[in-house]
This record gives sequence, C-alpha cells and structure tokens, in this order.
Amino acid sequence: MTVACPDCDLLHRVPPLPPGGKARCVRCGSTLATRPTDPFNRPLALTVAAAIVFVVANTAPLMGLSAVGRYADTTIGGGVYQMWRQGEPVTAMIVAFCAVIAPGGYILFMLTVLLAARRPPVPVWIGEVLRWASSMEPWSTIEVMILGILVALIKIAELATVTPGIGMYAMALLVSLLAAIAMTFEVSEIWERVEWTHR
Amino acid sequence: MTATALTAAGAGLVSCEVCRLLSRPVAAEELGYCPRCGHALASRHHHSIQYTWALVVAAAIFYIPANVLPILTTSALGSSDSETIMGGVMLLYNTGSWELALIVLIASVMVPLGKLVALAWLLITVQRGSLGGLRDRTRLYRLVHLIGRWSMLDIFVVTFTVAIVQLQPLMSVEPAPGVLFFAAVVILTMMAADSFDPRLIWDSIATRGNRHA
Repeated sequence: MTVACPDCDLLHRVPPLPPGGKARCVRCGSTLATRPTDPFNRPLALTVAAAIVFVVANTAPLMGLSAVGRYADTTIGGGVYQMWRQGEPVTAMIVAFCAVIAPGGYILFMLTVLLAARRPPVPVWIGEVLRWASSMEPWSTIEVMILGILVALIKIAELATVTPGIGMYAMALLVSLLAAIAMTFEVSEIWERVEWTHR
Repeated sequence: MTATALTAAGAGLVSCEVCRLLSRPVAAEELGYCPRCGHALASRHHHSIQYTWALVVAAAIFYIPANVLPILTTSALGSSDSETIMGGVMLLYNTGSWELALIVLIASVMVPLGKLVALAWLLITVQRGSLGGLRDRTRLYRLVHLIGRWSMLDIFVVTFTVAIVQLQPLMSVEPAPGVLFFAAVVILTMMAADSFDPRLIWDSIATRGNRHA
C-alpha cells in the first residue's frame, strides 16, 4: 500500500503490518498506519460501553455543595443552563458542544460505522459518517472538563463543603473508554472496505 | 536524502484529506474529487498561510481583553468581587494549592500565548522558505495541535463555579465578559492550528532546490 505522510507528504510503500504493528514516516516521524489486533469487535464493545457511561455521566450529579444548611448539586446541563441564564450564551454553547454534543456525536457516529462495517460491502454513506466522527473527535474535551471541575471544587472548598458525585466518576471512566476506542480503532481498516463512489 | 525524497506533490499525486487515498488527478488546475470517498481533492490546505495568519492575529487581539477583563464576579452578603485569570491563579496560590495554580497558569496563560508565538514562527519560517530544523518544526506543530485543547480549562472552571455557587441571596457567582474573549482565543487558536498545513514546512526543500538549479 502506497501512502503519503500526512505531515510532510513523503511517499512510502507500507508493507503489511503484523497485528499490533505501527509504521512511522522515515523523514518526520509521523504515524503512517497502525494495525490493531481486532479492529472491529474491540472498538465496538468499547463504544457500546461508552454510550451507556455517557448517559450516566450526563444525568447523574457531577458535584454537590452544602453551606449554611442548604444543599445544591449540578450536572453538565445545569452548568450550561446557568451560564446561559447569567448572560453568557456563547460560552454556554461552547461548553455544551465540547462536553456533550462532540463526545455524544462521536460515540453515535462510531456506533453506526462499526455496526455497518460488520457486513461488507460497506455502503458509501458510511464514509461520510466516519468523516463526521473524525471531525467531532478533536472538539470532545471531557478530560479537560474533569480537571476544570476539580479546580472549581478546590476553589469553592474555601467557602463551602463540596463533594464529587457519581457523574464525576462516570466522566473519568468515559475518558478512559474514549482513549481505548482511539487506540483499538484504525480508520483505514474501514476505508479499505468502503464501496468507491467512482470506479 | 533531500535530493531524492519523493513527495506525493512531486510525483503529481494527491492524498485525499479524508480517506488518504492516493490518486492522480486528470489535470493539475482542476483536481476534482476523490474516487473513493467523493471529497474535493486538495494538494495542500486552501490558502493555509493567509487563513492561519488571520486567525493568529484575531486570537492575539482577543488575548488582551481575555486577560485584562474579569472572568467572574463573586457576590456574598452585599459585597461583590471581580476576578481576572491571573487573579484566579493568585487566589489558588494564596490558598495553598500552588500545584493547581501552576496548572491553571500553564493552561490559561502560557499555552495560548505559546501557541500564538509558535504558529507565528512556523508561518514566518515557511514564508521565508527556511530549511533549518524541518523535523523539529514538524514536532513543534504536532505539540501545538496536541496541547491546544487544555487551554479550555478556565472556561470549565468558570462554568462549574457559576453552576454550583447559586445560594441567593447569601452567595452567588456570575460569569464576567472576559470569559467570552478567553473562549474566543481558545477556539481561534484551535482553528489556526487546524488550518496550518505542516507539509508546507517540507515544501521549502522542493522550492529551494528549483531556485538553485
């Protein structure tokens, strides 16, 4: 298979890789191709798990606060709603996109792609869905959000008693599942099975 | 090695930006579409240098109000207090968690500024056709791409502080205008990193070679 390096355009003839193997560009060191051991079933199992954890992470409370006999807790949706109500609709939408829509869209599109890929030939429109999944991936910043929540918790701890909730643990699990999907999946394995638009 | 290194562009081939299939376009002026996935073909990102400069300059302008204006206002028992990004770092430092203060300082102040300086330097060296440190500059670009998302940290800190501290009329926290400018800096620098094409760094070899021949 001949490919051009995505970072420096150098042409390479990549030999068939052993399972778990990886090919790097000889000139700039960028990754050219990987060969995961089981490129369909493992990412599919992980994506199904991620979909379930995603629902829990978005509905369970992320953290609770108690002060002077009052208690309040919040979810991501609650955070977005408060930002919107307090006069920052644009920032609220950015948070909603990076914390809910992008990861949710990525999980949904990956599920579609991986389920469709089980029965070849893979239809052309699956390529389009795969492209949506790839464009969602860089905007999904849950790991950054977890650190942000921890910083917020420590800042507020000066003023009131705060406790992390179930949502917080679900978020941490979701981050590891998303990382595992990225590691076990290889985009080219799908593209090699997709029907061509023009022959 | 540089004299014999064959690139896709040098061989008259185009690598699809979506599915990475190598194809030979019918005409060099009109590249057409990828035969496999149907996406419009482009040898390099369109107007990469102009777009990246525009986004870098816009982000640099927004960087000033993002740091000067307060990002949140705390009201407690009638008195209110505004806080900038650096103010938040100082607050964390003074309350004894210097580790977190350092993380916020790196993510919110140093990463956005470092990204702007790095992208400007990459753009200038590409425009000058510089041949030094090609590999190191490609690594720098990959680093810029990788760490950019972490500067969203303060947006989440503000959002969740605002979300949880709503104990009216005793104590409440509201977002302040600086957070919008800060969000703009983060989004614009992420878009700038996306629009820069690292292959331009290596194209200097071909253009310099032709000039000397």
